[in-house]
Amino acid sequence: MAKVKLDDNKIQKIKDICAAHGNKAGEAINILHEVQNTFGYLPAEVQELIAEQIHVSAAHIYGIVTFYSFFTMLPKGEHPISVCLGTACYVRGSEKILDEFKRQLGINIGETTPDGKFSINCLRCVGACGLAPVALVGDKVYGRITTDQVKDIIAEYQN
Amino acid sequence: MSEYKMHILVCGGPGCSASKSEQIAANLRSHLQQEGLEKEVNVVLTGCFGFCEAGPIIKIMPDNVFYVKVQPEDAKEIVQEHIIKGRMVERLLYTEPSNGKKTPLDTDTDFYKKQVRIALRNCGIIDPENIEEYIALDGYKALATCLTEYTPEKVIEIVSASGLSGRGGAGFPTGRKWAATAKSKAEQKYIVCNADEGDPGAFMDRSILEGDPHSVLEAMAIAGYAVGADKGLIYIRAEYPLAIHRLQIALDQARDRGLLGKDIFSTGFNFDIELRYGAGAFVCGEATALIHSMEGLRGEPTMKPPRTSDKGYLGMPTNVNNVETYANVPAIILKGADWFSSIGTENSKGTKVFALAGQIKNVGLIEVPMGITLREIIYEIGGGMNGGKKFKAIQTGGPSGGCLTEKHLDIPIDYKSLSDAGSMMGSGGMVIMDESSCMVSIAKFYLDFTVEESCGKCTPCRIGNKRLYELLDKITQGKGTMEDLDNLRNLSHVIKDTSLCGLGQSSPNPVLSTLDNFWDEYVEHVKEHKCRAGVCKALMKYEINPEVCVGCTACARNCPVNAIKGEKKQAHQINQEACIKCGTCMEKCKFGAISIK
Ligand SMILES: Cc1cc2nc3c(=O)[nH]c(=O)nc-3n(C[C@H](O)[C@H](O)[C@H](O)COP(=O)(O)O)c2cc1C
Ligand code: SF4
Ligand code: SF4
Ligand code: FES
Ligand code: FES
Repeated sequence: MAKVKLDDNKIQKIKDICAAHGNKAGEAINILHEVQNTFGYLPAEVQELIAEQIHVSAAHIYGIVTFYSFFTMLPKGEHPISVCLGTACYVRGSEKILDEFKRQLGINIGETTPDGKFSINCLRCVGACGLAPVALVGDKVYGRITTDQVKDIIAEYQN
Repeated sequence: MSEYKMHILVCGGPGCSASKSEQIAANLRSHLQQEGLEKEVNVVLTGCFGFCEAGPIIKIMPDNVFYVKVQPEDAKEIVQEHIIKGRMVERLLYTEPSNGKKTPLDTDTDFYKKQVRIALRNCGIIDPENIEEYIALDGYKALATCLTEYTPEKVIEIVSASGLSGRGGAGFPTGRKWAATAKSKAEQKYIVCNADEGDPGAFMDRSILEGDPHSVLEAMAIAGYAVGADKGLIYIRAEYPLAIHRLQIALDQARDRGLLGKDIFSTGFNFDIELRYGAGAFVCGEATALIHSMEGLRGEPTMKPPRTSDKGYLGMPTNVNNVETYANVPAIILKGADWFSSIGTENSKGTKVFALAGQIKNVGLIEVPMGITLREIIYEIGGGMNGGKKFKAIQTGGPSGGCLTEKHLDIPIDYKSLSDAGSMMGSGGMVIMDESSCMVSIAKFYLDFTVEESCGKCTPCRIGNKRLYELLDKITQGKGTMEDLDNLRNLSHVIKDTSLCGLGQSSPNPVLSTLDNFWDEYVEHVKEHKCRAGVCKALMKYEINPEVCVGCTACARNCPVNAIKGEKKQAHQINQEACIKCGTCMEKCKFGAISIK
């Protein structure tokens, strides 16, 4: 993985977040949530800095980040696409929708398009099962999607 | 609530929000303002009404009229006709499919008629962001009663006598759990609410928290009083931002009014609640894993005993209950244990909330008395199968549960009858499947989930589930043998018997129940290389019948990989090497010339 250089601003911001949680090891998950909210993802350098601040090993933080699927070490696309693979969506054909997104964008789950615009992820049940199959682009929910509509949805964000 | 003459309740649940219900509320407000009615008519964004299929839903009170499939453009007509002229907007009324009648009163619909709402009593009725509305419906009265009239022992006695049991899956008697935590001696005890809702097709707890957060806060305070704890924690998934937002508002409002904090109702009882965020790990729904996660560690389960009631959060006695379990408590305190235990069956009391989903007409959130049959749920509340297709299976209990069939539809559901039938109550996921679902693929779907979610601590769960998945995958590829089917069964039992936590102990259930109930379908995959549902891609082939094909070119134009060749007005052909089996051509052919072989 490419090294990420942290600028001083970022470093300070992360230190502030840790300090706001009393630099306590028990607060690791809350700190990671906040840092990810601020920067979008948690590269190794960020994890090391957090580990230092709250006096645990980098391996400890890495262990947490990799355990919880909500945490990501890779940046997402500008328009992250999440296809619901919850049961309700699955039985109403969301796998086909996922395949179509993958095909249209030429990327796999967890990847980002080379221009940084789109990334694809799966999630499980967003509570809109009545609209299954469901996908999200950013926060916007698209329901009752057909494979035909996938192209149009992507086009909405092309420019 | 009092200064307004009318309320327009707009569903702000996840389904309706996705269909622009917030825009509907905004449009209603602006039309009301244009008419100078904003002081008389209040527009409230509520939690899910349950009838998501008919969403976006709005309801006008006190007229008690509910409108379905409302669009933002309808706001003007609703204000002009209903609010100003007092005439119902006929075209937005719900039409009961069974008799074709317009049904203005929601409780008259087949969908709501058989439901009994206890945990969901306020969802879709109150503004979840306004504590006054909760209080107006007897909110915090149960807490007041407990603190001022009952001893902690008495509270536990009532909860025990009601027969309430855990709605998070296992069904452990709630009163007994509280009694155990009450008995433990310690400086500090904790009340924890499990809002991790891991079942990947369910949104019961989310809906309660978004629609009626105070009922959970009130119940946690009652539990705190009963067991002797002054601190509560809600472990909620970070993926539920709206529920988190509403909980934060609810906490602030409750503290402002002195309903949480120090010396509540001047009784000397202190209780406050903090939020803790989950980060997307199914196993963290397990009580011991949840506690480790709250402590900032990897969420791995540990052996019981010690039970959390002895040693839980930070090593202190901790009572862990599910959101829905808590939501029942204030109603039990106010209406009494006898009332609650009069609902349900001999061994399961009260109601259960289910997220009804899949190939059924009325997808949504329902609350039904224990003892109702699956048939009533599917054909009356659920309105029957989607598109009139044939029922095939019903899955309850999520990744820990199993698939039941036609022959199970008439059993009265409760904890025991469902597990006797080879499934389980679970937390409330209920997925209906028709002939288009392949049962081997469904088992594979759940195992895929389990493999991803196993914490990896014990070998049978970490490796065994992976092997189960591989076997299932092999079968869906048409490469399975009869011996593989035996291995599936044997391995399933080993995993169940030797895993540490409930995840591993139940993860093979979808495999075992489909083997039991859909054996023929497994054998077909193995011996005939056939998937009757047409789901397993490796086992199917799209073919154009030259007799029927008129050469309209619709298929060829729509094939994403240009796998179809043929001259205009002549029979087309599919190049099987190139075909990715997407099914588009079959959908596009108006002449029914394409079929799956
Ligand atoms: C793998 C696994 C996942 C679980 N997930 C949840 C969950 O998401 N929500 C929940 O309330 N209980 C869940 N449970 C059950 C909890 O361990 C615990 O029994 C429950 O929260 C206790 O509350 P109750 O008695 O009110 O049901 C899960 C259990 C296991 C083994
Ligand atoms: S059974 Fe599975 S999820 Fe549970 S502790 Fe063992 S490895 Fe972890
Ligand atoms: S199934 Fe899809 S890929 Fe195959 S021929 Fe039809 S349209 Fe083309
Ligand atoms: S399963 Fe997709 S929204 Fe519920
Ligand atoms: S989300 Fe509106 S009825 Fe369920």
